Amino acid sequence: MSGRITPGVALLLALLAAFVVAAVAAPILAPFDPLRQSLLLRLRPPGTTLAAGTFLLGTDDLGRDLLSRVLYGARASLAVAALSVSVSLLVGTLLGLLAGWFRGWPAILIMRLVDTMLSIPAILLAVLTVAVLGPGFLNLVLVLGLTRWPRYTRVAYAQTLQVANLPYIRAAEMAGSSALRILLRHVLPNIAGPLMVVATTEFGLMILFEAGLSFLGLGIQPPFPSWGSIMSAGRQYVARAWWLTVFPGACLFVLVLCVNLFGDWLRDRVDPRSQSR
Amino acid sequence: MTQPALVVEDLSLAIGPAQVVDGVGFSVAPGEVLALVGESGCGKSLTAQAVMRLLPAAIRQVSGRVRLGAEEISALPERRMRELRGRRLSMIFQEPQAALDPLATVGTQVAEALRLSVAQARPQVRKMLEDVGISDPDRRIDQYPFELSGGMCQRVMIATALISGPAVLLADEPTTALDVTIQAQILDLLRRLATERQTAVVLITHDMGVVADIADRVAVMYAGRIAETGPTEAIFAAPRHPYTALLLASIPRLSDVPKSKLAVIEGRVPTPAEFGPGCRFAGRCPLADAHCAEATPPLRSVGDGRLSACFHAERVR
Repeated sequence: MSGRITPGVALLLALLAAFVVAAVAAPILAPFDPLRQSLLLRLRPPGTTLAAGTFLLGTDDLGRDLLSRVLYGARASLAVAALSVSVSLLVGTLLGLLAGWFRGWPAILIMRLVDTMLSIPAILLAVLTVAVLGPGFLNLVLVLGLTRWPRYTRVAYAQTLQVANLPYIRAAEMAGSSALRILLRHVLPNIAGPLMVVATTEFGLMILFEAGLSFLGLGIQPPFPSWGSIMSAGRQYVARAWWLTVFPGACLFVLVLCVNLFGDWLRDRVDPRSQSR
Repeated sequence: MTQPALVVEDLSLAIGPAQVVDGVGFSVAPGEVLALVGESGCGKSLTAQAVMRLLPAAIRQVSGRVRLGAEEISALPERRMRELRGRRLSMIFQEPQAALDPLATVGTQVAEALRLSVAQARPQVRKMLEDVGISDPDRRIDQYPFELSGGMCQRVMIATALISGPAVLLADEPTTALDVTIQAQILDLLRRLATERQTAVVLITHDMGVVADIADRVAVMYAGRIAETGPTEAIFAAPRHPYTALLLASIPRLSDVPKSKLAVIEGRVPTPAEFGPGCRFAGRCPLADAHCAEATPPLRSVGDGRLSACFHAERVR
């Protein structure tokens, strides 16, 4: 994929924007209250029109409108992903900058911690932490945020090492700037590109993690909708009510695919070496 | 005589056991341009970095005192030293384009030397850019380094270095990466600013042409030691160290017969591991005798305010 905005990239960006709009404007777009149950309306197929209105994507096992729930589910996915990526980006970048700038024992300490964290399966660590802290939105964000920072640290560390030896950083030292100022004003902006690429790919992964943990009952708690928990509940009805798993699953698939393709495109833009292809 | 702006005494630097800079000393008066000349690797850049107290980690300072005006700065704590950098003691170097942060505007970088933002210091920055000969400073101030030519970038570096009115400017090969026309312009600029602002300039270079252009005095370095110092005209007219003499002889001249062989200094600079007890130039010196290989010639006065580190200074021609 080239770095220019081709029709394909435009489509990608439009789809991503659509997901964001769906998440932000869910209260306006949703035709029904996603939590209102009605046992008389259980497991209606997509397109059912009744006196209450049209259920475009059908209803779930408690008679709730699936379209409304999927729209609100986008909210959960994007909010968890955005917040947890922010937390890990912040923590990881800070540690990477410190390690790369001061080198010596701070770097050894931080980078060995990174190696340790990266050697533990992320999903296992997340499951364990949620099991201890208890499930819920905030805990989910913290768990994902605080287990995923080593990726950023690695990139920030390597980039800082590289940038710290460039003449303009030496010039800033010669001009008497403090280490903090040099790190924030000169190093950080110059390593931001690769970090944003990592953040994007991590964003897709965080969406999957949220869905996975919610599927396992460790994430967003019922009755609040998340794609993972909707699919989890729909699993038992997969033979009778395919829509319960197919629609949230398709949304998840398309969103993560878009995010990852966007990440690839971003990487090509940031890395001039892959741009020439 | 006025008090010198910068005095360096007995500066010695080592990488492991090898003394790469050995007992170097010099002084510069306000408004004076001193050229520190020598081949690559002779320790001239390290000398400048030692004055700034920003030596690479592998280099150890063995001895040396640095005085800035009346103040001894070699023992200052790092915090105080940082306050001096960019304010009373500035440095510029090669590759002007790489020495500017690609993601910060010209104005931001010049203002940073004042510890201010562009918004706060805009008139001052604008004036400084004008002083270093940047045309259309109102536009340039908001541009990024990639929009500027190499010569323009070096002007911006000079503006950054001089905006806070330092007493001393260390210029490490400031024109090496530039083409000759721009080089002459930048040298003229440095010369003019030094005189106008009474800034002492230590110009590090390997180019005798640059020296002749702007330096008041010259210190010739060879393999980590000062070989000879003195006023520029005197040294060019009659060198008192065989190394200087050979260096001057190796400058190609327009009057040379076309296609004739260029003059070279036979042999090569000894590596720090090969330094013996004697004169470090002895191995390549046409005047060297047995004594030269055994004893280090001290810097001694050879008249007209000149010093030479050669036992045979009087025989050099």
